[in-house]
Amino acid sequence: MLIKSQKDFWSGVMFIAIGLFFAWFATDYQMGTAARMGPGYFPFWLGIIIAVLGALIGIGGLRRSTPADKVGKFDFRVNILVLGSAVLFGLLLRPLGLYASLFVLVVVSSLASHEFGWKVTLANAVFLILFSYFAFIRGLGLIFPLYPWFIG
Amino acid sequence: MELIDHIMLGFSVAVSPENLFYAFLGALLGTLVGVLPGIGPLATIAMLLPITYVLPPIAGLIMLAGIYYGSQYGGSTTAILVNLPGEISAVVTTLDGHAMAKNGRAGAALSIAAIGSFFAGTVSTMLIAGFAPPLAEVAFKFGPAEYFSLMCLGLIGAVVLASGSLLKAVSMVLLGLLLGMVGTDVNSGVARFTFNIPELQDGLDFAAVALGVFGFTEVIRNLELKDMRQEVASKIGSLYPNKQEFRESAPAVLRGTAIGSVLGILPGGGSVLAAFASYTVEKKLAKDPERFGKGHPAGVAGPESANNAGAQMSFIPLLTLGIPGNAVMALMVGAMMIHNIQPGPQVITSHPELFWGLIASMWIGNLMLVILNLPLVGIWVKLLKIPYRILFPMIMVFCSIGVYSLNYNVFDIFLTATFGFIGYVWSKLDCEGAPLLLGLVLGPMMEENFRRSLLLSRGDFMTFIERPLSATLLGLALFLVLIVTLPAIRKKREETFVEED
Repeated sequence: MLIKSQKDFWSGVMFIAIGLFFAWFATDYQMGTAARMGPGYFPFWLGIIIAVLGALIGIGGLRRSTPADKVGKFDFRVNILVLGSAVLFGLLLRPLGLYASLFVLVVVSSLASHEFGWKVTLANAVFLILFSYFAFIRGLGLIFPLYPWFIG
Repeated sequence: MELIDHIMLGFSVAVSPENLFYAFLGALLGTLVGVLPGIGPLATIAMLLPITYVLPPIAGLIMLAGIYYGSQYGGSTTAILVNLPGEISAVVTTLDGHAMAKNGRAGAALSIAAIGSFFAGTVSTMLIAGFAPPLAEVAFKFGPAEYFSLMCLGLIGAVVLASGSLLKAVSMVLLGLLLGMVGTDVNSGVARFTFNIPELQDGLDFAAVALGVFGFTEVIRNLELKDMRQEVASKIGSLYPNKQEFRESAPAVLRGTAIGSVLGILPGGGSVLAAFASYTVEKKLAKDPERFGKGHPAGVAGPESANNAGAQMSFIPLLTLGIPGNAVMALMVGAMMIHNIQPGPQVITSHPELFWGLIASMWIGNLMLVILNLPLVGIWVKLLKIPYRILFPMIMVFCSIGVYSLNYNVFDIFLTATFGFIGYVWSKLDCEGAPLLLGLVLGPMMEENFRRSLLLSRGDFMTFIERPLSATLLGLALFLVLIVTLPAIRKKREETFVEED
C-alpha cells in the first residue's frame, strides 16, 4: 500500500480517531429517541459522521490520482519554547506575580527565535511589563496577583 | 422617517467621547495588525475579546468591529508597498497595486485603495441600516427547523467559499460542532466530555481555542519559517491620483462596491471572494486588459472597494439572524455573549442603541481610517520594519494575559497552549482552523434547534423538508455543495486559490 498524500491520509486517521472517540464516549450518556433526544444522541451521530468523512479523506490520500505530498517536519524546539513559555506563565502567575512571570514569558518565548539576542530581549521584556502595567492594570483595571508570595 | 430617527440614535451613541475613542482604537489596531505580517484580525480580536469584558458592550463591539475593517485597510497598504498581502482579501491588490508602486505611483495607489474602500464602506453601511431591520423581521418567523437549516446553509457556505479541501473543511466544521458539545447539556444537566475537569463544565471557551489555533499556532508557524525580511518600497510619491487614474478607477469603485455588497451577505469568505470577483470583472470589461498586472488603477480600485464592502456586509447575517458568516463574526458572537446579549433578530429591538450605534460607528471608523492611512502612511512603512523577534513575544504577552482574564483562571492558559499545539498539527495536515471555530460557536445553538424541531415533529426528520422555508435553505446549501463538486467549477476554484498562495 502506497500513501500518496500523507497529509490526507493522516488527517483521515485523525478524524476517524476523534470521531470514534467522541461517539464511544457519547454512548455513556442517554441516547433517547429522535423525538426525545438524550444528551448522547447528537454527539454520537456527529462522531460517527466525522469518522465516516475521515475514512473518505484517508482513502482519498491513497488514491493514485491524488497529488503526492508529505507532512512537514515538526519543529519541536519552537513548539516547546513557545507553548512552554505560556504554560510557565500560567504556573508562575500565582506564586511569583504578574511582573516576574511576564519576564519569564518574554525571555523563554524569545529563545524560540533564530535571531535571539539578550539585549533586545531584556529591553523588550521591560517594555512589555511597563506596557502591561499601563494598559491592563491602570487602563483596563484587570486584576492580577502582582508580586511574589513572599512580598505581597 | 423611522430610518432617519434610528440613524440619529446611532450617531448620538457613536459620537460619545468614549465610543469615538474605542472606534479610533479599533481602527488603529486594525490598521496595525493589517500592516504587520504574521498577525491577523482573527488573532487580534481573539486576544482583545476577553478584555472587552470590562468595557460597556457597545464600546467593546465598536472596537472589535473597527479592528476587523481596519485590517482591511492596513492589509492593502502592505499589498501595495511591499507586495505582501497583510490579509488574504488583499491578495488581488498586490497584482496591480504593487505594480503601480514600482511605476512610482505608490501614493496614488494608496489613495485609490483608501478612497475606494471608504466609498464602499459608506454604501454598505447604508445598506446594512436599510436592510437589516426588515431581514430581522423575516427572522422572527423562523422556527427551530428553519434555524437549523439556516445554520447548515451558513456552515456549508463558509466552507465551500474557503480554500483547500472541501471534505477536510466540512470535517473541521463538524469537529467544531462536536467540541461545542463539551460542557453541561442544557436540557438534561449532564456534564458531557468534561473528563471530570471542573473548568470544562461551562464548555470549551472558544476565545481560548481561537487564541490557541490563531495566536500561538501562528507564532510557531512564523518562527519555523525563519525568514521574515522584506523589501519596502521607499518612495511613495504624490498621494493624488492624476486625471487618467481617477477616470479609470471611479467606475471600478462603483462596480466593486456592488459586487462586494452582494457577495458579502453570503456566509463564508465574502470579502475574499468579492475581491477576486471584482478583479475578474474589471479585467473582462477593460478595453485594454493587457495592462492588468502592470499597474492598472481599476485593478486596485475594484477589488479594494469590493473587499471592504464585503467585510462590512458580513455583519448582516450576524446582526439580523445571529448567525456568524465567518470566523471573525463568530468571535463577535462571543463578544456579545460575554455581555449576555443573545445575538439574533431581537437585538435590533431589545438593544437599539447597540445596533444603530455599531452601524454609525462603522461609518465613523471608515472615515478615521482614510485619515489614518493616507497622511500617516509614512509611520506604517516604518512599522513594517519591526523585526518579528520583537513582535512575537508581544503577541505571547497579549494572548496569555487576555486568556487569563477570561475567567481569572490559569487553566485557560493551559487549554490555550494545548490548542496551540493541536492547531500546529492541523496546520501540518492542511486542516484549517477557521471552519472549526464557526462550528464551535454554532454547536450548542445547532443542537438545541435540532432537538427542538424533532421534538415538535415527534421525531419525524421530514420536518426539515416539509417546511417550505427550511426546505429552501437546505436546498440552497445542497446547491452550493453541488456547485463546488462539479468538475468544471472545481477546477476554476482551485485555480483561483492557487493564485492566492
